[in-house]
Amino acid sequence: MRRSMKLAAVVLSGSLGIASLAACGAKSTDSNTTSPAAGASGIKVGMAYDIGGRGDQSFNDSAARGLDKAKADLGVQVTEAEAKTGEAEADKETRLKSLVTSGYNPVIAVGFVYQAAVEKVAKENPNVKFAIIDSGSSTQPSNVTSLTFSEQEGSYLAGVAAASKSTAKHIGFIGGVQSELIKKFEAGYVAGAKSVTPDIKIETTYLTTPPDFSGFNDPGKGKDAAQGQLDKGADVIYSAAGSSGNGAIEAVFNAKKWAIGVDSDQAAQPALAKYKDRILTSMVKNVDTAVFSYIDSVKKGTPITGAKNFDLKEKGVSLATTGGFISDIQKKLDDATTAITSGATKIPTTTS
Amino acid sequence: MTSPKSAAKPAAKKRFDTEKIVLGLAAPVLAVLLSVVICAVLLAVSGKEPFKAFDVMFSYGTASDGQVLTLNRATVYYLAGAAAAFAFRMNLFNIGVDGQYKLGVLFAAFVGSQVDLPAVLQVPLLLVTAMLVGGMWASIAGLLKVYRGVSEVISTIMLNAIATAVVGLLLVPGVFAPDKGTATNAIQTDPISASSHFFTIETAGGTLWGFVVIAILVGVLFQFTLSRTRFGFDLRATGRSESAATASGVNVKRMVITSMVVSGGIAGLIGLPELMTSSYYFGQNIQPGLGFIGISVALLGRNSPIGIAFSALLFAFLDVAGTQLPLQGGYPQEIVNVMQGTIVICVVVAYELVRRYGLKRQQQKVGAELAAQAAAAKKEVAA
Repeated sequence: MRRSMKLAAVVLSGSLGIASLAACGAKSTDSNTTSPAAGASGIKVGMAYDIGGRGDQSFNDSAARGLDKAKADLGVQVTEAEAKTGEAEADKETRLKSLVTSGYNPVIAVGFVYQAAVEKVAKENPNVKFAIIDSGSSTQPSNVTSLTFSEQEGSYLAGVAAASKSTAKHIGFIGGVQSELIKKFEAGYVAGAKSVTPDIKIETTYLTTPPDFSGFNDPGKGKDAAQGQLDKGADVIYSAAGSSGNGAIEAVFNAKKWAIGVDSDQAAQPALAKYKDRILTSMVKNVDTAVFSYIDSVKKGTPITGAKNFDLKEKGVSLATTGGFISDIQKKLDDATTAITSGATKIPTTTS
Repeated sequence: MTSPKSAAKPAAKKRFDTEKIVLGLAAPVLAVLLSVVICAVLLAVSGKEPFKAFDVMFSYGTASDGQVLTLNRATVYYLAGAAAAFAFRMNLFNIGVDGQYKLGVLFAAFVGSQVDLPAVLQVPLLLVTAMLVGGMWASIAGLLKVYRGVSEVISTIMLNAIATAVVGLLLVPGVFAPDKGTATNAIQTDPISASSHFFTIETAGGTLWGFVVIAILVGVLFQFTLSRTRFGFDLRATGRSESAATASGVNVKRMVITSMVVSGGIAGLIGLPELMTSSYYFGQNIQPGLGFIGISVALLGRNSPIGIAFSALLFAFLDVAGTQLPLQGGYPQEIVNVMQGTIVICVVVAYELVRRYGLKRQQQKVGAELAAQAAAAKKEVAA
């Protein structure tokens, strides 16, 4: 066994050697020739998506639409990257840093998982503007803009619609990840449903618990959860679960019940078109509007700063009317909307 | 390996040893090459130029900031690999490393945020807390196996799910997380006290985590325990054959529980580098799945402390360099997962092939030696 000890010594010195190499090697950014044609409008937007990325038919796609619009209307250059399931915090920082060193400014982080990384990288790069969607903190530096939404208000309306359409007085809620953000969706939904039918039965399922964020990106899990709720007798299911919701919608479609989509107008999403007859409505979170207006404000030289919340009043959240399935209860929804915007109805942000 | 006495023996043995090393290295090298080829084909099929992708990864991996990130990541992966490997050596499949480290780091973060001792006491306190919690969580599976005959594979997998639920239960405002009542959607414990911070080494490429020292220490202790102590001997003996170990007086029950606890204890350390040198709190964005990476790393490193070091560095390099793929040339980052997965599969196959080949060589050699001996004996008789 002597030999193995010797080998161990070799490995030790070897790894230390790498460490010292690290100390004298060139940094990756040294060789970075400044990125492609920094001309055009001069604004280069770096976008870091949450898990699921472009193509989730939901949250990230909504942000992507805002970016695409900015690209088309404002002529900005863009680069995109997305988070991976189960990645380390350092990966998020690296992603943001790489965007910064390649000259992207502003950098937009889509999703609250980026909060810590954005704060850290923003402090190191005070001249670069950052925006983070769905999150904010009192400790973030002034070059970070928070773009948040009143999800509970839109979800309240979804709850009203669900309770009005449920013949079994039994509805369901599927949350992607049991996080504070998704609890807001649940709280609004439950409050809305109970405002219509006080004794309504509500099934609640969360697909995963943090730190496991795969619940936002696992249609299989969404399908199973929806099937479970359908078997228990729920006939309207609202899923706030990113692309996992696609699975839930599929299960609900097969059972010929009603599904409520989230974040994007899911009945209008090409990938979900075959289920559109069973998508009652979608609680649309207009991330695209937020992203676009942020980029627009930066381009005009008057960037939105601090924390900007998009609520029901300014159409930050709304119910989609594609398919016209909720036109018969539009009056009820309008009343609820007025009650919320006037401040008459206060909506809880937690269920407990 | 009792080869018959013959004049050719010393030379043959020496040759066989170098051959053994070559054979040992052949499997992982083959596996890595094969997975590179598979990934290149995949990239080519999806219409992307594969060599540019490898170039992006390689140039980032050789840059100083990439190297520092790789070393930091490898520290974590090494601990994860060592935790899994310790149980593997005993033929115990601790799939529960994932849950063990999450609970370990959660409790360490909580203790670190509540207690503020001088650093000399505080740092060991957090290390011990994490190891104790990880070890205790793993001991459940050990006890179940010994007293109820529950397979540790099943119980540790289930304990993973329970651990995640426990984290979800504890990490809510008012329990382990402060009740701030703010609008933030990120939920986390209070930051740990400044005395809990582990030392770091500043290099040109960024901050190198001092935890690499702990990882090396774990590796050395691992090797020492296995090869130089009675416990290590018992452990390897039990791993090879439980019944033989029992017959020779090893208390197998105690060994099972102890090695599960040690494995869980090492697992408890996995989350600490991030906690004590980087984020300083336990939040929802703690990296999940490290336990499973640890299993892959241990498998690739053949459960030996040195092998694990190399495989941890390789996996860390792939992950770190992979982050550059979407940013430079729009390659899908998932290709890294494909690469890691194929490496693991290929390596299992390659080890088996190499083992069979080695066995065959050995048989041939023994056969040849025996034949030579017989021939010599015949000659003697004839003479």
